[in-house]
Amino acid sequence: MKALKTEEFEVNMGPHHPSTHGVCKFVLTMDGEQIIDLVPHIGFLHRALEKIAENRTYLQYIPFTDRIDYVSSMFCNYGFVLTLEKLAKIEAPERAEYIRVIVMELNRIASHLIWLGTFALDIGALTPFLYAFRERERIMDLFEMICGQRMTFNYIRVGGVSKDLPPEFIPKAKEFTRIFEPKVDEYENILTQNPIFLERAKGVGVLPRKLAIDYSVTGPNLRATGFKWDLRKEEPYSIYDRFDFDIPFGANSDTWDRYMVRIREMREANRIVKQALEQIPEGDFKKRVPVLFKPPAGEIYTRIESTRGEMGFYIISDGTTKPYRVKLRTASFSNLAALPEIARGCLIADLVAIFASFDVIMPDVDR
Amino acid sequence: MFELERLFKAVYIWLEGISNSLGIPHFWFDLFTMLLIAVIVLAVMSVGAMFLVWWERKISAHFQQRFGPMRTGWHGWLQLPIDGIKLITKEDTTPALADKLPFLIAPIVIFVASFLAFVCLPFGRGLIVRDLNIGILYILAVTTFTVISILMAGWASNNKYSLLGGFRSAAQIISYEVPLTLSVLGVVILTQSLSMVKIVSSQQHIWNWNIWKQPLGFLIYLTAAVAEVNRTPFDIPEAEQELVAGYNIEYSGMKWAMFFFAEYTNLILVCGVATTLFLGGWNGPLLPSWIWFLGKTLFLIWVVMWFRWTFPRVRVDQLMGFGWKFLLPLAFLNLILTGLFA
Repeated sequence: MKALKTEEFEVNMGPHHPSTHGVCKFVLTMDGEQIIDLVPHIGFLHRALEKIAENRTYLQYIPFTDRIDYVSSMFCNYGFVLTLEKLAKIEAPERAEYIRVIVMELNRIASHLIWLGTFALDIGALTPFLYAFRERERIMDLFEMICGQRMTFNYIRVGGVSKDLPPEFIPKAKEFTRIFEPKVDEYENILTQNPIFLERAKGVGVLPRKLAIDYSVTGPNLRATGFKWDLRKEEPYSIYDRFDFDIPFGANSDTWDRYMVRIREMREANRIVKQALEQIPEGDFKKRVPVLFKPPAGEIYTRIESTRGEMGFYIISDGTTKPYRVKLRTASFSNLAALPEIARGCLIADLVAIFASFDVIMPDVDR
Repeated sequence: MFELERLFKAVYIWLEGISNSLGIPHFWFDLFTMLLIAVIVLAVMSVGAMFLVWWERKISAHFQQRFGPMRTGWHGWLQLPIDGIKLITKEDTTPALADKLPFLIAPIVIFVASFLAFVCLPFGRGLIVRDLNIGILYILAVTTFTVISILMAGWASNNKYSLLGGFRSAAQIISYEVPLTLSVLGVVILTQSLSMVKIVSSQQHIWNWNIWKQPLGFLIYLTAAVAEVNRTPFDIPEAEQELVAGYNIEYSGMKWAMFFFAEYTNLILVCGVATTLFLGGWNGPLLPSWIWFLGKTLFLIWVVMWFRWTFPRVRVDQLMGFGWKFLLPLAFLNLILTGLFA
């Protein structure tokens, strides 16, 4: 009898595929269900955001930062604004800093909720998605209240924020922080100890700590390896040093740990929002900044802990109203780079789970 | 009181009278009644499948704190007829590089296979198309046609995702067929008959139901049946997030609708068989038998839908491992225990 001939075949997964979270394309070399090799093709969402910055004034560029990572726009706003403020040595009023922390941490929760929903969807559990979106809807309502937008907020400005909090915001936000904790328990009930979920997530897609550091993976993915690194603690910016919160971290660095770190991060973010809402002082929400904002010539790199990891802005200013050069350092890009290393040898179903657990968002990769 | 059996008998006698008075040969009369019964079963099952699609949409919506379809008719009950019209009027496309003949036949095969099995399913007292003495064996044999159809569809579409879906499905259905059959054997040993009617009539009272004598068998059957009809957590052949839609990715219009219908008729079938084998079939006090059958079947269908909207999906190797390493030994154990104590 002649031996059966088998051959590897290539599958183009994406750019239009339900689980590539935007438009990412993987060229998979498959042996049956097993992945032999994987090459991510990125750039489908490239909008030349770095080049655009050179042709806009500093303040005109703030709305563009919303589009870097449109799921957590507040961080992109803040990262850029913080860089400018450091460059021009402006200090925002205290109330503005509190507002910034509140909206950023709410945004972190909203972003993690989207991640939770899509992650659950990608491993086949359809219901958590709508649970997560139910709570996200409340956060979106809060954001709509303060800036009229539900995405791409353009809220954080140089010297403060664009508008003061409306009077009904604080009670509404307090109500949200009160109800949110039991809702997280609800998500955990449906997933955390579900045997099928454990089968799918435990020990799948282990990202060794060394590999993670080599690829400069940051954010929850890095913390899931047990490496305690959070810029909010390591290099406290804004007023994060005034709040009492923990940095959740994992041990095994598998998909389940990445899930757990984000779930606990949502609880911690909720804690920060709670404290900030209690402590928020009265006062100015914005310092006056000239319309033709001109930072002094020089260069600066500032980084913040965004939802997905380290988000950095490198700005070279030549003293005019427009930046000479802006370089964005986004977390998703580095995180995605580590994916092929750990996805080789996995099954196609694992790839989907691992990719979802990395919380990569394509506009953040492509810029 | 409201037994449909009497109605059908009356109609049969009335038709026979007409045929005799017209002098039509008995062969043609038999053929006519057979066709009539086939059409009735087809119609009932189509309506049932449509109802289930609506029901699933409502159930999933309420699991997820939504309303589901609300605009078309009372609580959206017109949604499905309207969807049906949409599917009929849709363009029926065939990929240029597809293998045309299997591509065309695959939906027909799956449709026919799922309807053939209803020949032996007792819907109520006397409501069975033909009580074959090998009824349950016949049902198990006929439903395996599904896998051929899915393989045909996966191969003929000439698409890598559908090919993967087809292979997954073949592997899955074959491995779960074995524990399914073994769990059914327990009931057969107890009843000492393969006839569906005999199996039902052996479970007159609620404490006679086979579920009490065969609890393990019931659980094995239900698990394997969920895998047989490719539903979550065992829906890997059409895993949306991995294979986009699996074996039916290239199908559109009515061909796709046939796959969809077959999925729901299969669901009715496996739950109907479970009702018959384990839950006493049509037996029950007060209400007419067909309502009891329907109620029990719908309850089981609801349980299966409940699985779908709460569980994640297992991975393909875990599925195989679970089937061969856990479910199969368990089914053998159940069979041995039944043989020892029956």
